Amino acid sequence: MIRRLLQRYRYSVILLKQLVITDFKLRYKGSFLGYVWSLLRPLALFAILYVVFVYFLKIGADIPHYAVYLLFGVVLWNYFTEVTSNGLSAIVGKGDLMRKLSFPRYVIVVAGSFSALINLGINLVVIAFFMVINGVPFTWELLWVIPLIIELFIFSLAIAFLLSALYVKFRDINYIWEVVLQGGFYATPILYPISLVINMSEVAAKLMLLNPLAQIIQDIRFVAVTPATITTASVFKDGSLLPLVPYLIVIVSATVAVIYFRKKAPNFAEDI
Amino acid sequence: MAENKIAISVNNVSKDFVLPHEKVDSVKSIFVNPFYKRGHSEAQHALKDISFDIHEGEFFGIVGRNGSGKSTLLKIIAGIYQPTKGNLSVRGRLVPFIELGVGFNPELTGRENVYLNGSLMGFSTKEVNAKYDAIVDFAELKRFMDQKLKNYSSGMQVRLAFSVATILADSDVLLIDEVLAVGDADFQRKCFDYFRKLKKNKKTVVFVSHDMNAVREYCDRAVLIEGSELILEGKADKIATAYTKMFIEQAEDAKDTKQDGRWGDERAVFESVKLSSKKLTNADKTLSITTTAVVNEDIENPILGFSIKNAGGMQLMGTNNKIKKQNLPNMKKGDHISVTWKVPNVFTDGKHYVDIAIVYRDGSTIADWWEESVAFNTLQEENTPYVVTPPIELEIHSKRGRAQ
Repeated sequence: MIRRLLQRYRYSVILLKQLVITDFKLRYKGSFLGYVWSLLRPLALFAILYVVFVYFLKIGADIPHYAVYLLFGVVLWNYFTEVTSNGLSAIVGKGDLMRKLSFPRYVIVVAGSFSALINLGINLVVIAFFMVINGVPFTWELLWVIPLIIELFIFSLAIAFLLSALYVKFRDINYIWEVVLQGGFYATPILYPISLVINMSEVAAKLMLLNPLAQIIQDIRFVAVTPATITTASVFKDGSLLPLVPYLIVIVSATVAVIYFRKKAPNFAEDI
Repeated sequence: MAENKIAISVNNVSKDFVLPHEKVDSVKSIFVNPFYKRGHSEAQHALKDISFDIHEGEFFGIVGRNGSGKSTLLKIIAGIYQPTKGNLSVRGRLVPFIELGVGFNPELTGRENVYLNGSLMGFSTKEVNAKYDAIVDFAELKRFMDQKLKNYSSGMQVRLAFSVATILADSDVLLIDEVLAVGDADFQRKCFDYFRKLKKNKKTVVFVSHDMNAVREYCDRAVLIEGSELILEGKADKIATAYTKMFIEQAEDAKDTKQDGRWGDERAVFESVKLSSKKLTNADKTLSITTTAVVNEDIENPILGFSIKNAGGMQLMGTNNKIKKQNLPNMKKGDHISVTWKVPNVFTDGKHYVDIAIVYRDGSTIADWWEESVAFNTLQEENTPYVVTPPIELEIHSKRGRAQ
């Protein structure tokens, strides 16, 4: 029994590794600069954001190192978008493979999320470079980023699993998800500081911060950029249990995703 | 025998496919029509209560007509589909060979595709490394391995896919679908060589086919699936004969003639074509084909001929009166002409088709060309896996040698 489990696990690891490598190789295939683009792309994007928000719009002038603060939000959100969009089409897109081979189905979804994780890693390196330029102090607190990224990884993967299995049955999901992502982008404090919302409606700000993505982004900003960041924990009174809601959402969605995906996975070959 | 261990055990496997009458595949339909009674669907029974065992080292055939459920069964054995009822157990590593080159990506190089395809079959980079040179040698593609797959000819792609599968799949159990046996003659030969090698090495192989000659030649045992049920299990030869018989018994005469494969300027047209028998056995020494044609407009010394092809479309034999140096008379409008061919019965088991034609004297214009004008079936007592089975006599002379 244990040997069989190991055998199964071994297959998944081999496949996962190869799929991630292939995906990375294919991404910039045929472009002149190749892998350099994985660095150039975020650099160019950051340059644009920097110019627009720091020189023209001048939002968040009261927040120190607003440029880096902004970058974290954008990069973390982009990771979530990439994982969930990859995940959405992962199963249906590989329908041909599903019908011809039996392999652990979840590997395809996980592979998409690892590819995005590589991208996130590259982006974080670029941000670190910006942090040096901006003179953001490096502290031990920074290590908190790791568990927060793990939380983000789990949450994004859970949503990706759900979407990938739902998309097999309901082909409208991709349009709906596009709209949800658009809305989510503005409902999460990415481009603007949450203090803007607090000034208008404290309830709205509190609600927004219950979103796991908002919680993760604000927490990472808190530990990496400036302790002046308003986090989920800081908007609620001491002793309130509400700051636990984002974690609860992560746990519930991960559980639902695993149950639903496991239930549906054996029938993917015939349902697609 | 040491090969009595069971490699694959199929126990009471049933498979239903649910065919919804109105497929709910958009979220909209849930909202638009929330009270519509869902679950209004029909189950299609693809397999009903199938049980059999495959022993280690056996070359096992799954035989059945299109739509009988044999491919579904193979997919269940491969783990692609889940059985609705029943279960199956597989001992050892199973490599499904349902299709070659699954997951090949045209944007990757030949080398990268080898590793990707290998990983899909569950082989690590290390394992592929060890066999990489052998794969390239077998495919005869050494110079091309660093080129993108999209620049390969289709023949090269098949060669690469086949060698990856062949060299890597050194597994305990192999599943082979008949799609494998397509390709040019050279490639088919390679396939069959490979089958022979598998058989020699005592691999467990599950082979799905409706080529009875291949089943007879390679399989030890087989099962016959018909109408979603297992109707016979036993020696390959017995199954192949039963399959052929089933085909002949159920062949409907109405379907034997094809009208759309007919063309010509209709200066003379066939009125009828008759066979001495539509079911040939060894008792029939000859097959008579009688064709009757009517002339619509005067035609000088037309040429009338026929050819016979087997179910695989291979033209086996044929002739015409010009080759036989027997001229037909000049014919006037309204004349009838009847020609009878007496063909020795050298046919191998299975369905055969007769093509007939009338053409102008110089062969320049076709008056009437009728493909598959009539069909007949053969079921011989003495059958071979070759395209024809002529009566061959065997003499054995044995002489006792001197003791050493």
